[in-house]
Amino acid sequence: MVANIGYGALLITFLISIYGAVAAVYGARRNSSTWVDSARNATLLTFPLLTISSLSIIYLLVSGSYSVEYVSSVTSNSMPLYLRVTALWGGQAGSLVFWSWLMSAFASAVTLRKWNRDREFLPWVILVSLVTLAFFLILIIFVENPFVRIWITPMGSVSTAMFQPAGTSLFTPTDGQGLNPLLRHPGMIIHPPMLYLGFVSFVIPFAFAFAALVTGRTDDRWIRVTRRWTLVAWLFLSLGLLLGGRWAYDVLGWGGYWGWDPVEIAAFMPWLTGTAFLHSVMIQEKRGLLKHWNMVLVILTYDLVIFGTFLTRSGVLSSVHAFAQSAIGPLFFGFIALTFAVSLGLLVRRWKELKSTGYMTSVFSREAFFLANNWLFMIILVVCFLGVTFPVLTEALGFVGQRIPALADVFTGQKVTFGPEWYERITAPFFAGLLFLMGIAPLSAWKHSTLKTLGRGAWKPFIASLLVLVIVFFIGVRHWAALLGFWLAALTASITLFEFWRATRARSHAHGENLLLALWNLAGRNRRRYGGYVIHLGVVLMAIGIIGIEVFQKQTQGTIAQGEQLALGDYSIRYDSLAVFDTDDGRNVARAVISVYRDGKYLGELYPRRDYYYESQQPMTIAGVRSTMEDDFYVLLVDWEPVSTAGATFRVYHNPLVNWLWLGGFVFILGTMVAAWPDKDPELVVERGRQVIAAAQVN
Amino acid sequence: MEQAVEVRPGIGGRAKFIFGGVLIIAAVIYLVVSSTSASAQYFFTVDELKARGNEIVGQNVRISGAVIGDSIVYNRETTTLHFTVANVPGDNDEIEAQGGLAAVLHSAVTDPDRTRLDVVFYGVPPDLLRDEAQAIMTGQIGEDGVFYVEENGLLLKCPTKYEEAVPGQVEEGS
Repeated sequence: MVANIGYGALLITFLISIYGAVAAVYGARRNSSTWVDSARNATLLTFPLLTISSLSIIYLLVSGSYSVEYVSSVTSNSMPLYLRVTALWGGQAGSLVFWSWLMSAFASAVTLRKWNRDREFLPWVILVSLVTLAFFLILIIFVENPFVRIWITPMGSVSTAMFQPAGTSLFTPTDGQGLNPLLRHPGMIIHPPMLYLGFVSFVIPFAFAFAALVTGRTDDRWIRVTRRWTLVAWLFLSLGLLLGGRWAYDVLGWGGYWGWDPVEIAAFMPWLTGTAFLHSVMIQEKRGLLKHWNMVLVILTYDLVIFGTFLTRSGVLSSVHAFAQSAIGPLFFGFIALTFAVSLGLLVRRWKELKSTGYMTSVFSREAFFLANNWLFMIILVVCFLGVTFPVLTEALGFVGQRIPALADVFTGQKVTFGPEWYERITAPFFAGLLFLMGIAPLSAWKHSTLKTLGRGAWKPFIASLLVLVIVFFIGVRHWAALLGFWLAALTASITLFEFWRATRARSHAHGENLLLALWNLAGRNRRRYGGYVIHLGVVLMAIGIIGIEVFQKQTQGTIAQGEQLALGDYSIRYDSLAVFDTDDGRNVARAVISVYRDGKYLGELYPRRDYYYESQQPMTIAGVRSTMEDDFYVLLVDWEPVSTAGATFRVYHNPLVNWLWLGGFVFILGTMVAAWPDKDPELVVERGRQVIAAAQVN
Repeated sequence: MEQAVEVRPGIGGRAKFIFGGVLIIAAVIYLVVSSTSASAQYFFTVDELKARGNEIVGQNVRISGAVIGDSIVYNRETTTLHFTVANVPGDNDEIEAQGGLAAVLHSAVTDPDRTRLDVVFYGVPPDLLRDEAQAIMTGQIGEDGVFYVEENGLLLKCPTKYEEAVPGQVEEGS
């Protein structure tokens, strides 16, 4: 019954989306506000309908209706309530519904908020939102339906279908398969919705760009309208990426946070174009340049968002994430090709109207630095894209080798893949370049800037950064890449802090405010700028953490008897005891007690353990970690003597500075929130002013 | 409008931008080409690897195979993991045609005629290492015909844990 309601709501939403899209275009072409209003109402209706559909799934999940295939594949009797609810995005079918639900929420929010302004944009914004929504609904309804049930014939053969096949009855298993224990982590519960929120909210800036292209409004209105959307999208995407990294670090037990896995890259690519976009729109706003480029970036971001969802869902790539192999690949590919072609076609049509109204005059101007930043982001994007698609490309290009014997050695048709070192080797110089640009760009002025003016602003922070370099050298760091990285981080941090200091002091003098108040007001008046600087500081902290773990990580492993020690650098561990016991929630836990020493000094105990989930027959290794800002000491229990518990095997990681990465992530998100915090809407302020005047006149 | 009076910079001004762009592109091409020849890995199935024989001993390659549960042995003294994988098709279409990844892995493990490959990994047995998991391994084949997985080179997929057409207990009941 509930399954039918949920499915029915999906079907109606699909029909309404199609109607709304058609009505929007018809209304816009005929200049009929009745039709456009109707399209708007259709958009608003998708949200409650998809809410019903999502709630139906949640109801089925929570009530343990295992006759629904999706429910039995992602939940089980032993799962607590919060995991059952979040299982909505634990599997493919559910997560597509969740995606659509978010999409309908965002589309409704846009039509509610901006209805009276920018009226000419809205039919096209509705079109893009509803077509995107309808595409996902097609996938859900026809390919990945979460409401499909399990049926059994009297002969005992089992099949799955939405509606009862003749001669069968509903089959309800007594228990489900449950969510993989590896995914039962707070980071994993929040990580997918954050990524999805980021993905979905990037659809809105694209929708407005599309509307601007169709209507021929070639000023930067679409950018101003969507500025906050873009920042919010970027905030969620960044948060999603960070949480994914944290999950990997905590759960996967390899002491890493990012493995250049195709699906990680799939989420990273729209982030790259989105970040480039956030910077390059400022050039358009301030200088009237790069109008074509901004369109290209927003189109790319949109299609990379769809591509990202596709990669996680299609199984074309061998990845730890590509759990599901299904038939939705060609559909995704077709949709991406269609939207890309249509958007580019529109861009070409408006090419002349989008001409820049200025020129780039100085290589040291801020716009030049922003342009360079865009170049670097694009290079990293191209490398990522090449890396992700290379296995598919090399396999597909096999026919070239077969046709042209001279090229047979190059195009063998054999799949070729790249590991993390390939990405790291190529992208590292460009990440370093970005760090450098991030440091010096705030010193340059728009339009005209010379080396001399840059030097005048930079010499004090430069000396400060050299001091840091000397200190780091004397501490004992000799690795050249690490020294370069630390110096760049120090330079960027000191320039950014110096900028804060200079502006705060100036304001304090001018307004007679104390320094704290001056800083508060300064950041409040220009949130995008100072929020941006806070983000830069976050990146610097993250860079320090990344250098620490990438360059200085140490590891060892060994089997030791009770009372024996295993050493790693200054640290050593002593194996004290091990207990194996069952828990009420269906786990068998092996928990070791070890003592940690540094230079012979006792630091405390750690409890690495291994949980074995009976129900899913799946072990899960949980590290014992001692965390400080200096380093993480990370111990895994690998194996033990089953009977005597006399000997146990441990793997030990020493991860210097890794917590700077997480702290940086926190600062980064904080900065984005500052930048995205809503200003008083200037148009509303004017409007309110008018109302006050009107009221005064009446009185 | 301020911008309207802007003068298009001369050839010298534009040349700086072009020069910078060319320099960056050259750097990218150099890095991509040098890294690709240094760290590209051929992706083989077990069959393809065996067919190549000695010609790829010592080369960095990527292999996909189905883990045979009974073969998993962890040596506590040397902290070395040994297991055997059976050949599975590398092509997605082929996997689909044979009923999906879970079915392909199951038949690979239960079929004694499949080509098999012994694997050695110096490191922690991953949590997902189990019977009928798909192992994707980066490493080198030795002259002894054993595949040596490099550090962090062992990746596992268990399709049955995430998505499967029919839940396990249904199959058992039928």
